[in-house]
Amino acid sequence: MSGHSTYEPQSAPAKWLERRLPVLSLVHGSFVAFPTPKNLNYWWTFGGIAFFMLVTQLITGIVLVMHYTPNEALAFFSVEHIMRDVNYGWLIRYLHMNGASMFFIAVYIHIFRGMYYGSYKEPREIAWILGVLLFLLMMATAFMGYVLPWGQMSLWGATVITNLFSAIPIVGDSITTWLWGGFSVGNPTLNRFFSLHYLLPFVIVGVVILHIWAFHVAGNNNPVGVDPKSEKDTIPFHPYYTMKDLFAIIVFLIFFSWFAFYLPNYMGHPDNYIEANPMVTPAHIVPEWYFLPFYAILRAITFDIGPIPSKLGGVIAMFGAIAVLFVLPWLDTSKVRSARFRPVYKFFFWMFALTCVVLGWLGAMPAEQPYVALAQFFTALYFAHFLIVLPVLGLIETPRKVPDSINDAVLGKTGDAA
Amino acid sequence: MEHTDTAEPTRRDFLYIATGAVGVVGAGALAWPFIHQMNPDASALALASIEVDVSAVEVGQSITVTWRGKPVFIRQRTEEEIAEAAAVPLDDLPDQFARNANLEDGADASDVNRASTGKEAWLIMVGVCTHLGCVPLGQKTGDNKGEFGGWFCPCHGSHYDTAGRIRKGPAPENLLVPPYKFTTDDTVVIG
Repeated sequence: MSGHSTYEPQSAPAKWLERRLPVLSLVHGSFVAFPTPKNLNYWWTFGGIAFFMLVTQLITGIVLVMHYTPNEALAFFSVEHIMRDVNYGWLIRYLHMNGASMFFIAVYIHIFRGMYYGSYKEPREIAWILGVLLFLLMMATAFMGYVLPWGQMSLWGATVITNLFSAIPIVGDSITTWLWGGFSVGNPTLNRFFSLHYLLPFVIVGVVILHIWAFHVAGNNNPVGVDPKSEKDTIPFHPYYTMKDLFAIIVFLIFFSWFAFYLPNYMGHPDNYIEANPMVTPAHIVPEWYFLPFYAILRAITFDIGPIPSKLGGVIAMFGAIAVLFVLPWLDTSKVRSARFRPVYKFFFWMFALTCVVLGWLGAMPAEQPYVALAQFFTALYFAHFLIVLPVLGLIETPRKVPDSINDAVLGKTGDAA
Repeated sequence: MEHTDTAEPTRRDFLYIATGAVGVVGAGALAWPFIHQMNPDASALALASIEVDVSAVEVGQSITVTWRGKPVFIRQRTEEEIAEAAAVPLDDLPDQFARNANLEDGADASDVNRASTGKEAWLIMVGVCTHLGCVPLGQKTGDNKGEFGGWFCPCHGSHYDTAGRIRKGPAPENLLVPPYKFTTDDTVVIG
């Protein structure tokens, strides 16, 4: 990670290590002396919070595996065993369960922050793309983790999602059978999901390192979206942002603890405390809250589009909703990064945020009118934001005057210190 | 390794390509076991066939049995249900095919083609919605049977008629009819 390290090892062991593996100067350059824009607000702390949640999930997850049994006859009861018999098992499981939601809350805020301040724009496209990849990996990990307790929602959520692949023409059924390792979701499915649920978080750690490396090349974006021009624009990462991030993490932990201790099942579904039964489908299958907007998009396509049947169309729309994020840096034609100086974009940004929230609400509703029609309308809005609004806005919008430097913006020299 | 500007392929070029080709074939051959291990194993395939005694199923009753980890609906239909399904013009059906593993692939979705050959009262289907794999309601008295009096999938609202054909909702196909055979009047072998 590129740093402007002036690190000089002092102690003899440090000097010895530095000559052989310059890891100390790497860490120093990346997380101590790293020049960071001095105007980062609290929205910038969510990257650190997300990383903290990743570590929390890794630690609690590794501990849970010491007590969990990935077998269709035993999995459900081993989770109950964790809850009732294992010392502090209830705490560790509730932390892991709610930790997943907290991780998604932090990451969603982190993504919307990137959108609002144009952090995906040149030269940070790769950091953004790696971020979308991380989001996909997180979704895969969370989905497979939700299957492991082997409750009714585990089984039927897995059934619905793996059946998405059967929509692929010709090879769909073979792929689905291959994913299951049988003719329905069963013990082989549970075992492979467990294996991958353990593997993917470490892949996430690797991609996180690349993600940080990528944005450290250009340095952090910042609320005014102007690159640092002189030393007056930056401060060292430590102690200024280590302390700010730490404070934000502590506040976030209070929020997390509130759920883990007082509302541990609020974001779960009671049906998942019924053991999986392949003969009975729950009346209303709902994914975890963080998938709801995408689930609403999946269900919104109830009509055939030319030669594409509705089932395949829904799957394409759902994956398209994430795939479109990969090309966001090229869909947004405006050179101005921060929404602070883009009054029209700012309006559409909040419209988009509202669209996502409404889609989330619709994803939790039954598949009947008027919800289907509403989901279709908001799905159209979702894609219109990326495919129509962003490309056109960059061409027709007149941005407000962008400050010359971060220092000027902080000192209010443009008359806009907002 | 010096390369000369000659159009003639050299012995070294040949060795390079041949080595690369063998490497690709080797990598593919090694990858296959790691891919194929995820397909259904011998123990899963061994459960491919079951025998069911249907002597206790009266007219208008249904039972659900497990075949390959999936529910199979077995119903002895009433005269009204058969008449209702038979009266539907084929053009009204979203899926024109019988989806009956016991018939040829292109067979149309008429009631006769959906039901048991020579035993039109008996309807045997895999009880898995062709949309995203939920188990439709309609096997028990008091279940919501949907707008067409057959089965109703609560997950995404697919309605099936009394011949198990999709009539309304997102499911693309009629409920699948598994391969089966009545070995006696009271015994059916599925799979």
